[in-house]
Amino acid sequence: MKDLMIDVENVTFRYDRREQTDALSSVSFKAEKGKWLSVIGNNGAGKSTLAALLIGLIQPSQGTIRINGVALDEESKWTIRRSAGIVFQNPDNQFIGATVQDDVAFGLENLNVPADQMRLRVTEALETVGMLNYRTADPTQLSGGQKQRVAIAGVLALRPDLLILDEAFVMLDPRSRRELLATLKRLKTERDLTILSITHDMNEAAASDRILVLKQGHVARSDTPAHIFSEETELAAPFSERLRRLLLKKGRRAPESYRTESEMVQWLCD
Amino acid sequence: MAMRLRLDHVTADYQIGPVRSPRVLREVSMSLQPGTFTAVVGPTGAGKSSLLKVLNGLLLPQSGQAEIGDITIDGKSSKRLLKAVRKRVGLVFQFPESQLFAETVEQDISFGPLNFGAHPRNVHALAEKVIAQVGLDESILYRSPFSLSGGQKRRVAIAGVLALEPEVLALDEPTAGLDPTGKEELLSLLKQWNKQNGLTILMVTHDMESVARYADDVVVMEKGRAVFHDSMRKLFEDTERLEKWQLDVPDARRFQLEFEVRSGTRLPRVCLTEDELADALIEVGRV
Repeated sequence: MKDLMIDVENVTFRYDRREQTDALSSVSFKAEKGKWLSVIGNNGAGKSTLAALLIGLIQPSQGTIRINGVALDEESKWTIRRSAGIVFQNPDNQFIGATVQDDVAFGLENLNVPADQMRLRVTEALETVGMLNYRTADPTQLSGGQKQRVAIAGVLALRPDLLILDEAFVMLDPRSRRELLATLKRLKTERDLTILSITHDMNEAAASDRILVLKQGHVARSDTPAHIFSEETELAAPFSERLRRLLLKKGRRAPESYRTESEMVQWLCD
Repeated sequence: MAMRLRLDHVTADYQIGPVRSPRVLREVSMSLQPGTFTAVVGPTGAGKSSLLKVLNGLLLPQSGQAEIGDITIDGKSSKRLLKAVRKRVGLVFQFPESQLFAETVEQDISFGPLNFGAHPRNVHALAEKVIAQVGLDESILYRSPFSLSGGQKRRVAIAGVLALEPEVLALDEPTAGLDPTGKEELLSLLKQWNKQNGLTILMVTHDMESVARYADDVVVMEKGRAVFHDSMRKLFEDTERLEKWQLDVPDARRFQLEFEVRSGTRLPRVCLTEDELADALIEVGRV
C-alpha cells in the first residue's frame, strides 16, 4: 500500500454543544498519496466541516487526523499548512491583496520564500489557471469565475502536497472547469499531488479515483466511482449512468452495471 | 401591464475615481419580451453579471440607454428613477446568502419592502407569502437566518428579493454550490413562477444542463458583447458556432456527438436531455 496523505480516524465534531446533532460523527477514511478523492453529499452533510477540520481551522471533539503521517493539532497545523492548501467555494472570502499578483504572493510571503523564487512561482501559478494577463488587476473587480481562478492560483503557488477544493469550481464556465481539472490531474501525476475535492458535479466525481459519500455527518460509503454509481441508486449520477438507468426504466437493453461515458458509447456501438 | 426590457447600444465600465476599467459591456443591444425565461451564458469575464447590473440600475451606461418598461436609464439618471427600476427588476447576486444580516428571517425579508415604503402592517403577510413561494415552512420566519443550511439561506435571500414583488427577476448563478436536489428544486420554482405568474426571468449560468432544461431563450455574451440572442434550441444546433464562443453543450448532446463519430450512425435530431437521447437511440434501433 502506498503512503497515506490523509488518515482520518473516528472524527466527531459539533459546532454548538447546545445542539443535538453532530456536524460530523465518527468519520473515518484514508486517502493515499497521489490520489484524487471526491467528497459528495447533500448540503448540510458535513462536507465543508470536514474540509475545515483537515486544514485545522476547527478541532475535532473526538478522533484523530493525520496529514502525511503527522497528527494534526494546534502546534503541528502550522507546519502542515505549508504543504496543504485549501480553496473555498466563495472566492470573496479569500482575498487579501490589492492586485492579483500580490494576492497570489501572499501565501509565499508568509512562508518567507525569496523574492526571485516568489516571482517565478506567482507567474507559474497564474499561467496554470490562465490569469497571467490579469496579474496587475484589482481582484475585487474580477468576475466570479476569474476570482475563483486567482484563489486557486494562490494555493498552487504554495506547491502543496495536498490540495483541498471545497467546491472551488462552481463559478467557472464548463470549459475552464474542464481545463483546470485536466491541469490538476497532470499536477497530481507529476508532483504526486493528493487532491480532495468536495463537489456536486457527478461527472467530476466519476473521473476521480475514489468517492466518499457523506450523509448527515456520517460516511455512508467510500468506494470507487464504478461501485458507488452502480449500487447507490438514490444518488445523483453522472450522465452515462443516468442514461443507463433511463434505458432500463424504458424496458430497453442496457449494460448491467455502471459504465463510464466512453465505455457506454462503446457499448452502444458494439 | 407586461413590461418590456430593452438595451440600446449600451456601453459600460466600472469607474472608481479616476481609474477606468476596460469596457465590460460594448454596444449591447437587445430586447427581452415579458414572460420569457432567458439564460445568459458565456465565459468568465464576458460581462454577464454586468448585464444584469445595468437592468437593475446598479451599473449605469456610459453611452446608450436601457429601457425598463417606460423608464429610460442612461448615464445621468437620477437616484429616484433608479429606485423605481430596482423595484421592478429584482436582482439576486452571486451567493446572495452572504447578504443575510437580520436577527430573524422575517426581518431580513421585510428589510427591502420597508425601504421601498411598504406599510409595516402589510409586511408580515408579504413575508409569509414569499417564504411559501420559495418552498419553505412559515416557521422559518422566526429563526435566525444563520441557523439555516446553505440551500435554505439561498432561498431566504431570494425570498427577500421576491418580497419587492418585481416584474423581472434577474439571478446571477443562483444554483452555484447547491446540491443536485437543491438545484433542481430551485430551478423548478423559477420555472413555476415564470409559467404561472408570468415573471420574466433572466438567469446567468454556466450550467448547460439547466439551460437545456429550463430556458426558452439564450443570450451569449463574449468579451462584453451580446453575440447571440435567440431560442435555446437554435443555440445548441450549431456545434461549430458553440465551439467558437467556447461554450459547452449539454451532457446528452456531447454524448450524442461522441456516439455519432464512433458509430458512424447519425441520430435523427439534436438531443439535449437524456430522455431525448434515449428516444433517439430507440428510434435508430440501438437499444
